[in-house]
Amino acid sequence: MMDRLLIIGAGPAGLAAAHAAAPSGIHIDIIDDNFQSGGQIWRGGFQQQADVRARTIWHELNQAQNVHFQFQTKLVHIEQRDQHVVATAEYAPQSTSRQFIANKVIIATGARELLLPFPGWTLPGVTGAGGLQALAKNGFPVKGKTVIVAGSGPLLLAAAATLTAYGAHVTHIIEQAPMSALRQFAFGLLKTPSKIMQALGLAWKLKQSHYCSDSFVLAAESIQEDQKRVRVSMQGKIVELACDYLACGFGLTPNLEIAAGLGCEIHHTSMNAHVIVNEWQETSVKQVYCAGESTGIGGVDLALAEGYVAGYAASQRIEHANPMLQQRSKWQQFAEHLAQHFALRPELRHLCESETIVCRCEDVRYGQLQPHNDWRGAKLHTRCGMGACQGRMCGNINRFLFSWERDLGRLPFQSTSIKHLMAIQHTEQGPTSEE
Amino acid sequence: MKSKISIQINHQTHLIDPGLSVAAALALCGQLVTRISVSGETRAPFCGMGVCQECRVTINQQAHQLACQTMCSEGMSIITGDAR
Repeated sequence: MMDRLLIIGAGPAGLAAAHAAAPSGIHIDIIDDNFQSGGQIWRGGFQQQADVRARTIWHELNQAQNVHFQFQTKLVHIEQRDQHVVATAEYAPQSTSRQFIANKVIIATGARELLLPFPGWTLPGVTGAGGLQALAKNGFPVKGKTVIVAGSGPLLLAAAATLTAYGAHVTHIIEQAPMSALRQFAFGLLKTPSKIMQALGLAWKLKQSHYCSDSFVLAAESIQEDQKRVRVSMQGKIVELACDYLACGFGLTPNLEIAAGLGCEIHHTSMNAHVIVNEWQETSVKQVYCAGESTGIGGVDLALAEGYVAGYAASQRIEHANPMLQQRSKWQQFAEHLAQHFALRPELRHLCESETIVCRCEDVRYGQLQPHNDWRGAKLHTRCGMGACQGRMCGNINRFLFSWERDLGRLPFQSTSIKHLMAIQHTEQGPTSEE
Repeated sequence: MKSKISIQINHQTHLIDPGLSVAAALALCGQLVTRISVSGETRAPFCGMGVCQECRVTINQQAHQLACQTMCSEGMSIITGDAR
């Protein structure tokens, strides 16, 4: 069989991987659950992107006959059989099954936000920080709305800048990290001047917003006409603020489900976990590569460098990889720097009241979880993590609140129709069990 | 300027700009709520990126479609969880 490459995720890392591999002429499928490529950071279509790299990559991939994009395609199941990987996906709009067979896989599934519970976090109009940014990029109306952006990390500034550009009035940016940590973070940016320019640019765009360090949201409640009243601990004092939207996120956490499903080794740290890769971005599973935020949070520049390295390696063109190997080590330093300075304060573990919902799919409340000792026990007794998102939200929350480790990589990856599971059975080469 | 497209939200016809996600169109038409939770709470788009499943709606008779991961198209019918 000619080489076939399956890229899972069409964000910067996946696109860079395809861009690196395309000239080899091998068949490339690139699948994504969204309706267009770009992932989160390049969301909203390439015409809208200021980043010239996005436009270049998109333009060249569109010319390439051997690159096949499959959107709104959600991976249901993946497994290794002999020398190749068989992936089954659901095409959401028609709920039809799609199957991909490849002998090389690049996992570029990116990251999601860590969204922590507090009283009122399930109200309509309370969103993630990157969440509201992502929604706005696809036309969600924020023009003229009063928005509070809260949580932690540099993403808050990026989100606030996007929302401001779409006409929102971002009154406050509420960062839980203390000023001392932020100062050290800013100082460390001296090693990556382009990031300083980016930070200064953001500061200029956000000159109308109050930036409050050492502050965090305690609770939100609805008042009349979809307005929200938000109680904030602001540098030790409790204040109340009003807004239309509260956009609250505590940084990014890698999407590891698919890598874990393929059996790739995962490294767990106290704060986060990521896929282990070698210098060619290859995981512990041969011919399975991983690039971008899933190997550790590092931003778009690191994701692109890793994507290119993975793409060159998977298409056996490593002679082209040198410049990207250099880029990668430069941005890895930035990633380490990022991880050090936005550690979450312990008070955030104690915001929930007994009645506060933790698992939004099954409406499991904090008080119901407290008696349990581990994820499995909590799951079996309360249905926590057993709903539509399959613990993608509350798994990270419970890791933070209770230090419970979630069982990663269970198949199928999402709740799905029986017919998609039948599609897997249909191509089984070994003996099949009869129902 | 591109011409508007016509969609139906809970059987009401709305004209919207092309290129919007279903989540965006719903909010623009005053329908922020997407579903009712298992204990009866109203919910709306939350993570914005296809993870949390809060924006599940029925699109063209297909249940459990994510409003944030679907682009509006001409003639699309959307039913939210709080529709009577």
